[in-house]
Amino acid sequence: MSAPIVSIRNVSRRYPGGVTAVDNVSIDIAQNEFFALLGPSGCGKTTLLRMISGLDTPSEGQIFIGGEDMALTPPNLRPTNMVFQSYAVFPHMTVQDNVSYGLRVTGVAADETKRRTAEALEMVKLSHLAARKPDQMSGGQRQRVALARALVKRPKVLLLDEPLSALDAKLRDDMRLELTRLQETVGITFIIVTHDQDEALSMASRIAVMNKGAVEQIATPAELYEQPRNRFVADFIGKVNLIEAAVLKQTGKKVSCLTHGLGNIDVTSDKSCGDKATVAIRPEKLKISTTEPKGAGLIKSRATVRDVAYYGDTSHIVADAADGLNLHINVQNNTRTGGAGVDRGQKIWVHFNPTDALLLTE
Amino acid sequence: MVFFIIPMAFLFVLSFSSKAIVNGETSTTAYDYFNTFGNYIASAGTSYLVLLWRAIWTSAIATFVCLILAYPLAMAVCFAAPKWRPILLLLLILPFWINLLIRTYALYSIFRSTGVVNQTVGLIGLGPYEMLNNTTAVIMGLVYVYLPFMVLPLYSTIEKLDRSYLEASLDLGASQARTFWSVTWPLTLPGVITGIILVYIPCLGTFLTSDILGGPNNWTIGNAIQNQFLEANNWPFGAALSFILLYATFIALVIRALVAGRSKGVDA
Amino acid sequence: MSTPLKPGQGPLEYARRPWIIILFGLVLIFLYAPIASLIVFSFNVDKSGVWHGFTFMNYVKAWHNEAIFAALTNSITIAILSTVFSTIFGAMTALTLWRFKFPFKNIYEGFVALPIVVPEICMGISLAMFFNYTGMMAGVRDWIWPFNLINIVFAHIAFCFPFVAVVVRARLQGFNRQLEEASKDLGATELQTFTNVLVPFMAPSLVAGGLLAFTLSLDDFVITLFSSGPGSVTFPVKIYGMVKRGVDMQINAASTVLIVITLAATLIAMKLQAPSKTGH
Repeated sequence: MSAPIVSIRNVSRRYPGGVTAVDNVSIDIAQNEFFALLGPSGCGKTTLLRMISGLDTPSEGQIFIGGEDMALTPPNLRPTNMVFQSYAVFPHMTVQDNVSYGLRVTGVAADETKRRTAEALEMVKLSHLAARKPDQMSGGQRQRVALARALVKRPKVLLLDEPLSALDAKLRDDMRLELTRLQETVGITFIIVTHDQDEALSMASRIAVMNKGAVEQIATPAELYEQPRNRFVADFIGKVNLIEAAVLKQTGKKVSCLTHGLGNIDVTSDKSCGDKATVAIRPEKLKISTTEPKGAGLIKSRATVRDVAYYGDTSHIVADAADGLNLHINVQNNTRTGGAGVDRGQKIWVHFNPTDALLLTE
Repeated sequence: MVFFIIPMAFLFVLSFSSKAIVNGETSTTAYDYFNTFGNYIASAGTSYLVLLWRAIWTSAIATFVCLILAYPLAMAVCFAAPKWRPILLLLLILPFWINLLIRTYALYSIFRSTGVVNQTVGLIGLGPYEMLNNTTAVIMGLVYVYLPFMVLPLYSTIEKLDRSYLEASLDLGASQARTFWSVTWPLTLPGVITGIILVYIPCLGTFLTSDILGGPNNWTIGNAIQNQFLEANNWPFGAALSFILLYATFIALVIRALVAGRSKGVDA
Repeated sequence: MSTPLKPGQGPLEYARRPWIIILFGLVLIFLYAPIASLIVFSFNVDKSGVWHGFTFMNYVKAWHNEAIFAALTNSITIAILSTVFSTIFGAMTALTLWRFKFPFKNIYEGFVALPIVVPEICMGISLAMFFNYTGMMAGVRDWIWPFNLINIVFAHIAFCFPFVAVVVRARLQGFNRQLEEASKDLGATELQTFTNVLVPFMAPSLVAGGLLAFTLSLDDFVITLFSSGPGSVTFPVKIYGMVKRGVDMQINAASTVLIVITLAATLIAMKLQAPSKTGH
C-alpha cells in the first residue's frame, strides 16, 4: 500500500464528565479508497469523522492527512470537506451561492469560481436549478447541492456523515449507485459514516467496524462477512447462528469441538483456542431436506420447523434443534410454487459443510 | 358564551382606551385650544425636536452597545454545555425582574460623587469624579436596564440555529470571522431585529434613567412629556409629544416588519 | 482564524474562549454589583459610600416610616387585585383568540398586544387623561381604602392582562384538540370538558401568567406615577420621591425587601413553568 492519505494514530476523544467517545483508534486510509466507518449509534464513528474534518479535536493522538499532522488544525485549513447528515445547505443562499461559497471564502478568482461552480452543478445534474433557494428543493436535491458544494473544493478527502439516512428507500438505492459512480469519476478518497451495513457493504472498498469507541475489525466487505474476527462483527454484519462450543482438541489448524446442540464438529482455525469458542454459521449456508442428507463430512441434525417467513426471493426458517438450539436458515425460493417447501411443526434435517462454519474465539 | 363576551367587550373597550381616549381628548382640546396647539408646534418645535433627537440617538447608542454586548453573551450561553445553559441565561436575565426604579437608584448610588466607586478610587488617591449627569451615564443606565431584553431574543434565535451551518462554513474553508458575517449573522438577523426593537422602544420613551442619572441637561422627550403632565400642566401639548413618540415607535415596528418580511424563510 | 485548536475542544466551543468568559464575567459584575452594593449598604450605619458598621436600623426605620409602609401596603394590595383580574381577563382573551374564529380577529389580536409595544409613558398619560376627563381621578380620591386605589388597579389590569394572554395562548398552542374530542366522545358536556380537560391543562400557564402579572404590577412605576392621585402612592412612586430628595438608607432597606419579594415570585413562576415546557 502506498503512503496513506489519512492516517489516524492512537486517537482518543474523551468528554468532560468521563464519556469516552473514541478510544485509542488507529486507521490508515489509502488514496482513492471508498472507506466506511460502520457501527451502531453511539459507537464513536461520527466523532471520528468530525475529528478528521477538524470539527472536533482528539484528546490524544495524531491525525495525518496527506502526511501532515492535522489533529489540531482548524477545519477551514484542512484539505477535507464534509457532506453533513442534515446537508446544512445554507438557507439564505441560492444553490449557485451555496456551491460557490467554499471558493469565494478562500479567495479563488471570480472566473475560476464561476467555471468550477458550473462544472460541479453539471456533475450533480443541478445546473437548471442554480438560482433556486434550498427551501424550494427536495431532500434529494439538497443532498446533491451539499455534494457539489464539497466536491467543488477538490478536497483530498470527502467526508460523508450518514448521507443517505434522510432519504426514502427508493432514492437511497439510486443515490448509492450515484455516490459510487461519483467516487470513481472524481478519484477522491471518500470516507462515509453509516449505521446501515447494506450501505457499507455495497459501496465501500474497505470498512472499519466500530463498537463502543473502538475499532473491532478493518477489512473488505467480503472479508468482514466471511471472516469476521469476533462475535460482535459476525453478529453486526448480516445474520448469523452463533453456537456455543467446548474445545476438545487442537492439532495444528484443526480444532475439534463439542457444540451445544449440533454434536461434534471439526473446524479449521488459524488461532489457538482456549477451552471455549463459538461456531458461527450464516443462515444461507445451512441447507434443509426432508430426508436424511448423504455426503462425506456433512454436519447434520434433526430439527422441527418453528416458523417460516416468506420474503419473496427467500424464505427465512427458524427451526428447533437439540438442546434448545434455535437455527436460522435462509432458503432460496427457486421455483414459483412451494416456497420453502416446509410447514410449521414439520420435522426436517438441517445440514451444512463444516468448511462454511467459522470458529470465533473472541 | 355570554360568559366570554361581556368581559371581552369590556376589555375590548379597555384595550382601546389608551389610544381611542387620547384621540378623543386631543380632538376636543384641539377645538378649544386649536391655536395654542399650533403655536406650540411652531414656537417650541425646535427645542423639543432637540429632546426628541437626543432620545433617538442616545437610544440608538444604548441599543448598539446592548447588541454588541449581548450577542457574544448569547452565543456563549447557546454553545455552553447543556446543563449550564439555563443557569447562565437566568444569571443574565434575572435583573430584569428587579424594579426598574430600584436598579436605576442602585446605579445612581454607586456612581454618585460619594458613592462606592468614587470612595474606592479615592483610596488610591484619585477622584472624586463626576460620573453622573452626563450622556454617558444615561447610556450606561439604559444598557444596564435593558440588556436582558436584547439577550433573550438573541438567545432564542441562536439556540434554534442549526450548528451544522456554522460547521459547514468552517469546513468549506471560511474563517471564524467570515463564518460569522456570512452565515451566523444573516441567519440570526430576525432575532437581532427583535432585540433592537425590544430595547430601542423603551429607551425612546425613557424618562426615569435620564432623570435620575442624566439630570436636566440630558432630558429626553420622555422627561418633556412627564414635565408637561405633572408640572407644566399643559396636557394637550404633552399628548402631542407622546404621540410623536408613539409615531416613532410605530415607524420602528413597521421597519421591523418590512425587514422581517424580506428575510422570510431565513428565520432559523 | 489560524490559531490551532486545543486538544479535546471543537472550533465552535465559544463558551470556552477566554475573551468570552472574561466578557461574561464583566457583564455579570456590571449587572449585579450595583444591586449587591444596594443590599449591602442597606445594613450600613450611615448613608455614605463607606462601610461604617452593620445595623438593622434602616429596616426598623423603614418599617416605622408610615409613608413607606403605606406605600408598600398599597403596592401589594394593588398587585394582588390586578393579578386576580388580569389573570381572569387574560385567560379569557387567550381562550377566545385560540378557540373562535371571528371577523377582524387579526386586528383584535393586534390590539390585545398593543399595551406590550406602546411606550409605557404614552400608556400612562392616556390613562391619566381618561381618569381625569371621566372624573375618576377626583372621584375616587376620598373613597375609603382600598377603593381609592381603583384607578391604579384598572391601569395595572390594562397593561398586565396582555402578558397573561400571551403566556396562556402559548400554552394553549400545545393543546391536543383530540383530548377535547375524546372527552366529549366519552360523554362529557361542553362545560365538563372545559373544567376537566382544558382548565387543568391551562393551570401552569395561569399560575405563571399570574405571577408575571404580580411582578409587573409590583414593579410598575411609570404608569402608576401618572394614574395615581395624591392619596394613593405606591412603593416605587414613593421611592422616586425619596430618590429625588437624595440618598437615604431607608430606600435601600425597603428596596431590598421588594427585591426579595419579586425574585421569590419570579423563581416560583419559573419553577412552575419549567415542567410544562417538557410536557409537550
